[in-house]
Amino acid sequence: MSFLTLSSIQKSFGPVQVVKDFNMAIEKGEFVSFLGPSGCGKTTILRMIAGFETPSGGTITIDGKSQANLRPNQRNIGMVFQAYALFPNMNVAENVAFGLKVAGRPKAEIDARVKEMLGLIKLDHLADRYPYQMSGGQQQRVALARALAPKPQVLLLDEPLSALDAKIRVSLREEIRMIQQQLGITTVFVTHDQEEALSISDRIVVMNAGKADQIGTPFEIYNAPATRFVASFVGTLNIIEAKVVDPAANRVSIGNQDVTLKQPLTGFKAGDTVSLALRPEAGSLAQSAPGDTALTGKVVSAHFLGSVIRTRMDVGGGTISFDMFNSPGTTPPQAGDIVTLRFQAADLLLIRD
Amino acid sequence: MSSDSSAASQPTREPFRLPLHWLGAAPFAIFVLLFLIMPTMRIVIGAFQTPDGSFTLDNIRGLFTTSILSAYWISIKISIASALLGCLIGFSVAAAVVLGGLPKWIRGPLLTFSGVASNFAGVPLAFAFLATLGPVGLVSMFLKTQVGIDLRALGFNILSFWGLTITYLFFQIPLMILIITPALDGLKREWREAAQILGATNAQYWRMVAFPILLPSFLGTLALLFANAFGAVATAIALTGSSLSIVPILLFAQIRGDVLGNPHLGYALAFGMIVVTGIANTIYIWLRARSERWLK
Amino acid sequence: MKKFWAWGALIVGLLYFILPLLGMTNFSLKMRRGVYSFDAYAVVLGDPRFQETFTYSVVMALFTIAFGVLLVVPTAYWVRLKLPGLRPYVEFVTLLPLVIPAIVIVFGYIRLYNTSSWLPLTGSITGTNILLMFGYATLSLPYMYRAVDTGLRSIDITTLTEAAQSLGAGWTTILTRIILPNVLVAVLSGAFLTFAIVIGEFTMAALLNRPAFGPYMQLLGANRAYEPAALAVIAFAITWGCLGLIQLVSRFQKGAQSPV
Repeated sequence: MSFLTLSSIQKSFGPVQVVKDFNMAIEKGEFVSFLGPSGCGKTTILRMIAGFETPSGGTITIDGKSQANLRPNQRNIGMVFQAYALFPNMNVAENVAFGLKVAGRPKAEIDARVKEMLGLIKLDHLADRYPYQMSGGQQQRVALARALAPKPQVLLLDEPLSALDAKIRVSLREEIRMIQQQLGITTVFVTHDQEEALSISDRIVVMNAGKADQIGTPFEIYNAPATRFVASFVGTLNIIEAKVVDPAANRVSIGNQDVTLKQPLTGFKAGDTVSLALRPEAGSLAQSAPGDTALTGKVVSAHFLGSVIRTRMDVGGGTISFDMFNSPGTTPPQAGDIVTLRFQAADLLLIRD
Repeated sequence: MSSDSSAASQPTREPFRLPLHWLGAAPFAIFVLLFLIMPTMRIVIGAFQTPDGSFTLDNIRGLFTTSILSAYWISIKISIASALLGCLIGFSVAAAVVLGGLPKWIRGPLLTFSGVASNFAGVPLAFAFLATLGPVGLVSMFLKTQVGIDLRALGFNILSFWGLTITYLFFQIPLMILIITPALDGLKREWREAAQILGATNAQYWRMVAFPILLPSFLGTLALLFANAFGAVATAIALTGSSLSIVPILLFAQIRGDVLGNPHLGYALAFGMIVVTGIANTIYIWLRARSERWLK
Repeated sequence: MKKFWAWGALIVGLLYFILPLLGMTNFSLKMRRGVYSFDAYAVVLGDPRFQETFTYSVVMALFTIAFGVLLVVPTAYWVRLKLPGLRPYVEFVTLLPLVIPAIVIVFGYIRLYNTSSWLPLTGSITGTNILLMFGYATLSLPYMYRAVDTGLRSIDITTLTEAAQSLGAGWTTILTRIILPNVLVAVLSGAFLTFAIVIGEFTMAALLNRPAFGPYMQLLGANRAYEPAALAVIAFAITWGCLGLIQLVSRFQKGAQSPV
């Protein structure tokens, strides 16, 4: 029995359909990220859960209760905004206390709860500060405490880290995940940064133009992308064109080299062109590298990036970009060198668009 | 290594250059000094001088006669009344346009009109109101003939406290609209949504978040409107023909012909005006700075 | 529900403003008994004193604008470029005319520059005219400075100046050929606002006894019935025209400018 269910959710603004038939069941205590580029509909779905937008079709249910007739201030949901949205006329303690004050809780209870929340985000010493006196990272933590103080049933975060510096983003996202696990609260996190989504989510929804292209764990999304969009949006990807040689034997040819895939070529016949994806970290030039498949090609360029050497090689069916760890004893390949890339056939993914 | 290296080797000193680029500000400084600062200082100092030049507080003391004090009092009352009403009405109109869900195209013309109206003061404004609410004005006649209400009989007189206040509103309300509209724009949508999602009703949001945020702007503009009304001369003269004793009119008459019998009393009157408008404007600047800090 | 109150507030506000405008227009057309006519306008426009004072004020306005531009543009430019620390003080000073009532300023003029002072401006007609012009310039200083400063803010004057200097330009060339054209829109806004202010100004002109439009209007209002209303309509139309021109001219500039 899922805790937060979205069934057949659609949303149109005038003639433009922003969300198309979205379905998802989120378990209690789960941390789900909605990942996608701007305009893909992820924020719209979040705002529909919150109640700021009404779905054009479909239902949203939380803990068995339909949210259809509930206004945002009746849903007992916590929300953290990209622009922090702390009330500028109140200090930290008053901001955090707001939800409880509005609900009419007794003063003693409010004070205790505020103290507890400030301790959770480790900002007890800033209780009297005003928003304009704090950094972005501090403000966002206060916003988190404020959202969690009234003990909401669901926590929504709308690109909460996008406005922050890179370093703070990393530390704050881990803090958010830790707090979420500690409290066991069902959480929906919207972001366009795939590293964020991959590092802290239980499951990821990759959104593309209003539809969910794939829903899965970070491992699944990265290693088994369902569509070309997911494969290219999450991580870097090499796309190679290959020609089907023998569909029954899963053989294709790249340039003039034949390769056997581990994935079935159902639906294709000899002579068809297929797109294959290979992750840059999947292959290696070392002779002793594990791998049952090899591709030989000419090096186009090799960039020394410090710990990693990014090499591009031409294999006749396209260019493959792959990364190798720097090894002080070995010289990097030069442009024009003929090299052989070894990898597992299972790493060559068939892309069905 | 050595602690007295600074004494041992002097870093090359830059030759002392006359700060020539300060000259660039000289024309402005001279102009402001001659035509703004010095005249004002002359008044301020003159307020504390006797005709033969010695220092005295008599002029200031001379302000504390019933007629002059009542002139100040009427001025203050009119200024407070037109400022308060201007603020309230102006706020309502601005809130209606920015937050009330009215069509977006209304905003531009409203702001343009406010710009025009806030500058339409003085003599023509007085005429306009005389032609509307005066004894044979448009509205007065309309009310008398069509609705049967005789404003005169009800005690309303355009040449009075309320007449002047209502007339002043013509440039006070637009000034409020012009200043408060950006402040209303500054009310971020996320504050409202954050308040909602935390369980607040619309009334609670306004009471606990929006009004407190807007209060400094509101109060500051109130002070500005007050100063604005207090210093207005032309409208008052044109409307009441020097019959209503407000301070600017008193000063005007004094400058023209020393009706008060003591030329230095004029200085004191003017000084009093500066003090009042100065205090009001200081309050305005201070409150505006505070509200800008919050709305960053 | 919210929309009902919003429309209500707007309509009440509009009524308050439209009625006086209607009133004065209506009154101005009623000179000939019983029928609407433009007689009041004809009388006013034909009155030699109207033409005299109106011309006087227009000429004064033009001089004030010219002086204002010559004073404010280089100053604002110089302060931004070389004396940024001075900016808060300069801004404070430009706001003083809004604090110190015009009547106090002109009172100061009379006492300071009368025939027995070191600069006897009020001793002669020309001198008084010059004094009045400086007074007008002082009154319009806040608006002019604000407009020009906003205009300067939107262009990178440091880089432009350095580029011009590296190409051999002197200060006058920089100001007239590079800075001024780029802030022309802002300058025009300030100019139109100054025009509106000068045309309608009463206090200074009256106390310095100059034949300006403001005192003329007041005199007419004390003695006549219909002509003042016609004058008021003309004055309002001029103010509206000036503000309309500002809006038109502002549309050519990125970023809105508050007229206050």
